[in-house]
Amino acid sequence: MKYEADVVVLGGGGGGMAAAKAADKNGANVILIEREEENGGVLNQCIHNGFGIHYYRKDLTGPEFKETLQEELENTNVKILNSAFVLDVNKDKQLTFVNHKGIHEIKTKALVMTTGARERHFNSLAVPGDRVAGIFTAGVAQKYINLQNLKPANSALIVGSGDIGLIMARRLHLEGIEVKGVVEILPYPGGLERNVQQCLRDYNIPLYLSHTVTRVEGNKRLGKVYVSQVDENRQIIPNTEKIFNVDSLVTSVGLIPLTDPIKFVETGPGFITSNTNQTSEDWIFAAGNCTVVFDLVDYVSREGEKAGKYAALYAQNQYFPEQKVKVIKGKNINVLHPLYIDPNERTKLYLRVSKTFKRAEVTVEPLGIKMVEEEARPSEMIEISMKPFKDKNLKEIEVSARELG
Amino acid sequence: MNSVEYKKKKVVCTTCPLGCKINVIYADADEIEIVEVKGNRCKRGLEFVKQEITDPLRVVVTSVKVEDGEIPMASVRSDKPVPLRLINDIMKILKETKVKAPIKRGNVVIQNILDTGSDIIATRSVNKKK
Repeated sequence: MKYEADVVVLGGGGGGMAAAKAADKNGANVILIEREEENGGVLNQCIHNGFGIHYYRKDLTGPEFKETLQEELENTNVKILNSAFVLDVNKDKQLTFVNHKGIHEIKTKALVMTTGARERHFNSLAVPGDRVAGIFTAGVAQKYINLQNLKPANSALIVGSGDIGLIMARRLHLEGIEVKGVVEILPYPGGLERNVQQCLRDYNIPLYLSHTVTRVEGNKRLGKVYVSQVDENRQIIPNTEKIFNVDSLVTSVGLIPLTDPIKFVETGPGFITSNTNQTSEDWIFAAGNCTVVFDLVDYVSREGEKAGKYAALYAQNQYFPEQKVKVIKGKNINVLHPLYIDPNERTKLYLRVSKTFKRAEVTVEPLGIKMVEEEARPSEMIEISMKPFKDKNLKEIEVSARELG
Repeated sequence: MNSVEYKKKKVVCTTCPLGCKINVIYADADEIEIVEVKGNRCKRGLEFVKQEITDPLRVVVTSVKVEDGEIPMASVRSDKPVPLRLINDIMKILKETKVKAPIKRGNVVIQNILDTGSDIIATRSVNKKK
């Protein structure tokens, strides 16, 4: 079958649902494509609360956030295609997708990529030892427990203290699985401070900072995990080895933005976009974790809405940026998004500092924007709202951070 | 008269994802009296600190088994935070809980669990198996 649309949204998670909704609201004829049977992405399995405080001004669980957004989406004219997998996107603005009825094509005017991110796998850590059953990413363990009613472990060690790792530590513990600790190579936790409190300290689960897994052992199933302390250069400190007798290792070692199947757009490693979510290919917009990995679904949905809006305007010949200002990563900035700004529009700048600060001053020059952030950590995203700035001669702005002490 | 002991505590507010680190000084007498609170970015933090040093509360989230459902589990939560000290007992009850499809988001699964004044409600809808 052949379809036509003003805007196609690829990926029906928290970003894509918001994008489709906003594109519809801005007058576009919208198709949303999702490969799973139902929309929501990872929200379906994130049964914990803490979602929606910014976007809905309510503390919701993942499924509640998703169903609320889904109901809003069902009140629009968006055509939702579930169980549909996109095989190809070409430069003639055509998509090819497959579902149980066969192979289909869509001709579109604009595309919003909201493909999210994938979990980094244990194998990418290059840990020596036996290749055994019992090593899962946190997301896989979460899916087994929360959606499929399976118990994947009797005892577990968690590697990586990102939010998913912390939340899974609590989840496994409450499901009667003995969690022997969370191992983090960095000297500070990777996840939000509130999750360290309510997932680990509440249940006395030890957090081993500046520690790393050096070896895994077992016969078919995991039996032992070797852990050592590391110094500030991440070198193993001799005679600090601990051995954990566990049948499972749950990894939460980062997310990688997913940009498939598009190969002709500027990435680094996620899609590089402007403040209006436009990529290097002017008809392709991108939002959420396929650009950079965000702390909160609230930010992802907000970004999705913005991408949907500008994609709809673009498709109706109402949005053409005249000027693009480059955003430069200055001192002590690790992650920065977006990397281009259309100065006629407002901007939400998201950044992560590259180290911990007691009191960080974040500056955007030469615009003279200054912001002080107490106890800034790389794991907590900093947000700066910027008004439009009309300066025809401005080619680039630089964001940097310094310690105020 | 008992002598009043002043205690210092660092509390991480779990009300929202900002996770404010709040330093509190309080008098640990028969009735806890807060002397100084620093670091909260909103007034919910103050309420949180008061509760946290007397009887910490948390929202319980888990999933319960569904009979005749399209999927085997329905996620649930407490509609209000419950005392942290009761969470293990609540989990034991919910482990044995079964509900029958169809379930709508917001349906009460258990009323007033362990007399906490909090209901356990479904956080997703589950249709009947076709």
